[in-house]
Amino acid sequence: MSVHTPQDFETVIGLEVHLQFSTRTKIFCGCENAFGRDPNTCTCPVCQGLPGSLPVLNKTALDYAVKTALALNCRVNTYIKFDRKNYFYPDLPKGYQISQYDFPIGYDGQIQIPQENNDTEKVIRIHRAHLEEDAGKLIHDSDHRCSLVDYNRTGTPLMEIVTEPDLRSPQEAYDYLTRLKLALEYLEVSDCDMEKGSLRCDANISIRPRGEKTLGTKAELKNMNSFKAVKAALEFERQRQITVILSGGTIIQETRLWDENRQATQSMRTKEAAHDYRYFPDPDLVPFTLDENHIERIRQTLPENPESKFQRLQSDYGVSAYDARIIIQDQYLANFFEQCASVFTETKKICNWINGELLKEFNTRKISIRQTALSPKNFTDLIRLVEEGAISNLAAKEILPLLFETNQTTAQIIDDKGLAQVSDDGELEQLITEVLEKNPAVVEQIQNGDHKAVGFLIGETMKASRGKANPKKVGTILQRRLIHE
Amino acid sequence: MPFKNLTALSRFRKLSINMTNFSRQTASDILSRLTDGSITAASVTASLSQTIRDRDSAVKAYVRLNPDLEKSDISGEIPIPIAIKDNICIRGHEITCASKILKGFISSYDATVIRKLKEKGLPIIGQANMDEFAFGSSTENSCYGPTHNPWKLTHVPGGSSGGSAAAVAADEAFWALGSDTGGSIRQPAAFCGVVGLKPTYGRVSRYGLIAFASSLDQIGPLTKDVRDSALLLNLIAGYDPRDSTSADVPVPDYTQALTNDVHDLTIGIPNEYFIDGMDPEVKEAIRAAIDVLKSRGARFQEISLPHTPYAVSTYYIIATAEACSNLARYDGVRYGLREIPATARRAAIVDMFEETRDAGFGAETKRRVMLGTYALSSGYYDAYYLCGQKVRTLIKQDFDNAWKNCDAIITPTSPTTAFRIGERCADPLSMYLSDIYTISANLSGIPAISIPCGFSREGLPIGLQIMGPAFQESLLFRIAHTYEQAVSWHKQKPELIPSSSVD
Repeated sequence: MSVHTPQDFETVIGLEVHLQFSTRTKIFCGCENAFGRDPNTCTCPVCQGLPGSLPVLNKTALDYAVKTALALNCRVNTYIKFDRKNYFYPDLPKGYQISQYDFPIGYDGQIQIPQENNDTEKVIRIHRAHLEEDAGKLIHDSDHRCSLVDYNRTGTPLMEIVTEPDLRSPQEAYDYLTRLKLALEYLEVSDCDMEKGSLRCDANISIRPRGEKTLGTKAELKNMNSFKAVKAALEFERQRQITVILSGGTIIQETRLWDENRQATQSMRTKEAAHDYRYFPDPDLVPFTLDENHIERIRQTLPENPESKFQRLQSDYGVSAYDARIIIQDQYLANFFEQCASVFTETKKICNWINGELLKEFNTRKISIRQTALSPKNFTDLIRLVEEGAISNLAAKEILPLLFETNQTTAQIIDDKGLAQVSDDGELEQLITEVLEKNPAVVEQIQNGDHKAVGFLIGETMKASRGKANPKKVGTILQRRLIHE
Repeated sequence: MPFKNLTALSRFRKLSINMTNFSRQTASDILSRLTDGSITAASVTASLSQTIRDRDSAVKAYVRLNPDLEKSDISGEIPIPIAIKDNICIRGHEITCASKILKGFISSYDATVIRKLKEKGLPIIGQANMDEFAFGSSTENSCYGPTHNPWKLTHVPGGSSGGSAAAVAADEAFWALGSDTGGSIRQPAAFCGVVGLKPTYGRVSRYGLIAFASSLDQIGPLTKDVRDSALLLNLIAGYDPRDSTSADVPVPDYTQALTNDVHDLTIGIPNEYFIDGMDPEVKEAIRAAIDVLKSRGARFQEISLPHTPYAVSTYYIIATAEACSNLARYDGVRYGLREIPATARRAAIVDMFEETRDAGFGAETKRRVMLGTYALSSGYYDAYYLCGQKVRTLIKQDFDNAWKNCDAIITPTSPTTAFRIGERCADPLSMYLSDIYTISANLSGIPAISIPCGFSREGLPIGLQIMGPAFQESLLFRIAHTYEQAVSWHKQKPELIPSSSVD
């Protein structure tokens, strides 16, 4: 098939995601696994690779790896074996990385992404997910024209999750990463923070004429610091490869770095300069077989995955797809919603309050539901009281943040703050009399037929009541006293 | 002439014997004399220091002496000084593996065996010479120069634990630790006429032993007799949570195995080990040793270890593959030697790696790193490393089958006695063949001991190797001790004249 235009090409993308586990200690030693400490303070002979030191596997890191593999619908290798990946680099203190070569913990997994332009889902196959150790961090000091190495990160447990080349566009890559990250966040094995480097992504991309079965020559893209950057780098690289082919050139297999400032990729090394990693089984770590029961116990700890939650919120509670998508972004928020729904049947109202006022408060305070004391009972009481007219919307918004940090009930807070809505006719009549006396000109205006000015008087009455007056009732009384009398 | 008359001569002898007597004794003897109060720990370290001063300029067993030996804390349970091979980490001490690339490197931690010895109060004499990174069978591949065989200073002590073996043979140490990857304890023990044990893989923690080939390395004792070997193994054996390859198998009191009784044992003699290249004097000594054990009631039976001819090549593939990876950390980034090319104004990091490793590694180290890199390279892995692992399994199976017919196996430790310094340097293959009888034990993980079983006409020691099933060190001690009780080879001393007495 001849190719003449960019539309004649199909893009093929595969992604490699590195996920740092937030275990208390490192994968092969007892050093603290912490981010942001002074350089080289979380190190020991083992993670510094000092002569004579030996690795011992952190069982929690292994459990996290199994949990991750299961969540990605992988088959789990019960034969646990580690290999050495040999290469020289200053951030690699042993001159090899302990990784898994022929027996990755997880393989043959899958996750689903939304299809572009229709409502069905597309399956992205996970080729493998294996456990390894992270390397150190190089800091290039251009002032002193030298490089410094921080080995704190060395030995952080790392899961590498590799897809099959199933992604067909930068958007699909973006969607995959979004879905993957959410699924991983649910597992609570990592903080999944790209800024801290606890989630990192490399991308392989090639193009081929539509209909062609064999893969084109790929480029590996590195150094993308956000999902947006991954998408942008893939867009750029797709265009670059198409331009090369259409101008009669050939793609060479190489590693290219994404330059965020220039919004372009540039060649780092070609295949000729690629490493021969000389993988072989690490003789310091004896292979062993994982008990099937142990895997089953880990499977029992898996949370409901975000997509099934998404479906269930819609089918069980009649939540709209739009609301459900927002709520499942935080599994604790989704759980909170369900607890609310069990005591208060108006789920639409709950959704509105969660996706409106509650998330607004969370965002300004940079907190999430887990960091508050907000109980489903207090939250639904608040909504109910607004519905019943016992408190105003304004008062409710004032009360909500107070519920984050208290074990008082909503009713108690309303009492304490005197925020109960004033609906008592006598009290309101008295209040309105005072307002009318203060605004004779407006009263006259209304009596002369300008009924719109009633709104102003409602506002004045609300102000005078410090927001407690029931605005509906105030309106009715004003109507009666100024217009209908 | 130093001596005017016989009275003076005899007085000197008496003095000299008294002075050296302590260092000539076994650790067990010293221990019992310390217990009964007939000597003091201070006099033990003092006489040892004197012997080292007298002899080490000729033997060159040590690369580093503990300057504070005589000030050591001798209040512990077993205050008997020990020599440590220069590849076992001692906190606060320089450790080099006899390589230029590690010169100046100070270990920040104690190896598990060192921690155990310190807990029992053993003072450390110093660090013993070795082949660089334990690559060799003669202790000639050392950046400090060769160690000399105390029995004949023109000859090698064997290797790679040649410094440890020579120190014990020359009474410059009561006992020593070495490491054995393919025979590095047993072959120098044989060449120097001392007892050397390679324990079962996993019996002794490797934590703090600078790795040569991780799946083969094992720390073990070099001693003056079998009792000391058992005693020292008692001190160092056991499971270590810091070493995933150490075995969680109970440690018996090995000295309880020294029973002087072999009447119920069947000992195998592998056909394949009595080959043409064997020195006739070695063959004769082994035959005689077999007769001694027969006279003590042991039965002997010919057995077959059919994959023996492949052992050396298998070993050199697996050992070098692991070694090239283990030695990758010596890159000039963190410690030890760093060389930056003089010509380049801004050298690339890879230039520093290459320059450092070129300047820091000796010829044999480079040879093994290259062999190992080749064996693991893409396209060659299946033919070399993978094939090597398969043959290793076959060699293991040979032994598993052998144990159906015998309790232990006896062989020579080495096909020859010690050779001259320099004799085999130009021919690495002939050097590799010195390990022909010892490497199978490493490949299959089983324990093996070398004990003195005679001397050549030239006066060089000959070693007898006894191998047994995994974790059957007690059995080896029992056979070795029974043999030792019937002979006196281990009591003979090299005629090294203390330089201070020849004035």
